[in-house]
Amino acid sequence: MSSAPILEVENLQIEFRTGRDTVHAVNGVSFQVESGETAAILGESGSGKSVTASAIMRLLQSPPAFVAGGSIRFKGQDILSLPISQWRDYCGREIAMVFQDALTSLNPVFSVGWQIAELFKAHGIAKGREADNRAIELLERVGIPDPASRAKDYTHQFSGGMRQRVMIAMAIALGPDLLIADEPTTALDVTVQAQIMELLESLRQDSNMAMILITHDLSVVADVADNVAVMYAGRVVERGPVADVLGRPAHAYTLALLDSVPQARGKGSKLRPIVGSPPDLARIPKGCAFNPRCRFASDLCRNETPPIVEVTPGRTAECHHAEQVFNDG
Amino acid sequence: MMVENSSISPTDDQPILEVRELAKHFEIGSGLSFKRKTGVVKAVDGVSFSLRPGETLGLVGESGCGKSTVARTLLRLEEATSGSALFHGEDIFKATPQELKSIRRRLQVIFQDPYASLNPRMTVEEIISEPWVIHPDALPASERPDKVRALLENVGLRREHAERYPHEFSGGQRQRIGIARAIALDPEVLICDEPVSALDVSVQAQVINLLMEIQERLGIAYVFIAHDLSVVRHMSHRVAVMYLGRIVEIGTEEQVYNHPRHPYTKALLSAEAPLDFSKDRKKHQRIILEGEVPSPSNPPSGCRFRSRCWKAQEVCAGEAPPLEYVNNHAVACYFPEDSPAG
Repeated sequence: MSSAPILEVENLQIEFRTGRDTVHAVNGVSFQVESGETAAILGESGSGKSVTASAIMRLLQSPPAFVAGGSIRFKGQDILSLPISQWRDYCGREIAMVFQDALTSLNPVFSVGWQIAELFKAHGIAKGREADNRAIELLERVGIPDPASRAKDYTHQFSGGMRQRVMIAMAIALGPDLLIADEPTTALDVTVQAQIMELLESLRQDSNMAMILITHDLSVVADVADNVAVMYAGRVVERGPVADVLGRPAHAYTLALLDSVPQARGKGSKLRPIVGSPPDLARIPKGCAFNPRCRFASDLCRNETPPIVEVTPGRTAECHHAEQVFNDG
Repeated sequence: MMVENSSISPTDDQPILEVRELAKHFEIGSGLSFKRKTGVVKAVDGVSFSLRPGETLGLVGESGCGKSTVARTLLRLEEATSGSALFHGEDIFKATPQELKSIRRRLQVIFQDPYASLNPRMTVEEIISEPWVIHPDALPASERPDKVRALLENVGLRREHAERYPHEFSGGQRQRIGIARAIALDPEVLICDEPVSALDVSVQAQVINLLMEIQERLGIAYVFIAHDLSVVRHMSHRVAVMYLGRIVEIGTEEQVYNHPRHPYTKALLSAEAPLDFSKDRKKHQRIILEGEVPSPSNPPSGCRFRSRCWKAQEVCAGEAPPLEYVNNHAVACYFPEDSPAG
């Protein structure tokens, strides 16, 4: 965890230009991922977490999406300026992604084994029988029973958890150094969720791969992540080690989020929900975007964008009242 | 111990709703012919529980366990295959259309999807007034506009929202409209089928609090169906855990969560990592279950959980274990965990 960061995202800005409005989905996001670590991006729907992930993979369709500013550097290389043909060499080999919905991400008309073998063929690593055998090995590695015969099956013949395993197999096929997992367990049942998280963790440890885990689920973050970036309205509002940030928040939004989650262990008192709903990203409130829903909000918050405050070494919060939240919360 | 979240305690009154051996089987045809029936999916297979006035019974389980089918049969949106559901002693499943209408007036529902459950062509006022169109004697027409606006305020919306259409509202606000419609007839029982699952956490908490406030104020009993263990615990006085069409454990919220006795309940609870962020937090110990939930068209014989259970023995494959009560805490298992608490 001490080496140079493998991924550096700096002041990333992404807009969706529709006919009438410009939707500011990501408004200056910065974070780093060290090699071998698990970094979580935590946020609710519309916070910009998935758009950020898609931007790193260069999956955003333009138009309507435009990178309005900032940079993404992978191992020092600015990947947004790479020609797409060169970027293809990075996809899979260096950075890979696991999506939430395996059913729509896999091809229904080819067998699962064929789809994985195709990866080796496309990248010129193996062909024919050897590619097929490697696909079977991978299926075994992600815990699919009877991999040789399952490789001939199609996606509809797999259950939700097994499909997710197939997608993970494809993602790790070429040994990437960075895996982006976008809500990998959200569509699954809890007992299967536990299996998949366990699998991702063990694969990550075996190959010392870094992982960006995109999720809205606090307990998943608590369970596996080293560092966390909390996103709201297209900005990282708080960032640092999980135990610090979620253990003792310094941003009013993080604190409010924790107060609004019921817990299975120990029945808490009444929940303290966050009033109102997340802002319309075409009309983000002036000042701090969270101010209309914040119980700490003052005139300062309504007028001026909060500075990034270093709360303790290695952790930052973007809040005018960071100190107050940190001490009162 | 039982009641921490409500001023109205579930009493030992007569149950308001008593479900006995409820079963719902779906026949499935082969792919090519709709006429030939090739199998039966036993979505719900012998479920019994009771609901007392003013209490919340949580129904929790993974997808395919039959929890939503239970809700749909109780509302007669699906016809039960067998069993009975006594609502104040009257069997819902045998009710004539006329009787059913009177039952439904007192037994209302909130659905999961706030987008699909509100008619996009109706104003909020029309949506909330619709129950009175069906039951005209419930409220004179002249009082309806005022009552709609009072209901809107009750669920945390504004009076002027009455003239708007559903698309003008966010998911959380729509769910509030659905709740206003459900309480318009002052029901005694509200069946909540995953009412907060589609919402973001910050909005989810608003709706949970609203449902609990309404229960405190109006004393409505809830059957609260969800897959989220924490939400169910927060809402419920008693909890029933379902697996493949059967209840495997039922007890007070405290009994089920703090002293789970069925291996499945234990595994389910351990699957969710605790929200512990302390520096010296230990790596969370999970019980990782083998495999996935078997198909309900071909469940294992005997105890349906045995194919994934680490305690399973020969006896589990024979007769299905009955749901046995000790101190109002029931478990259907030959080798239950712990001794019953208290």
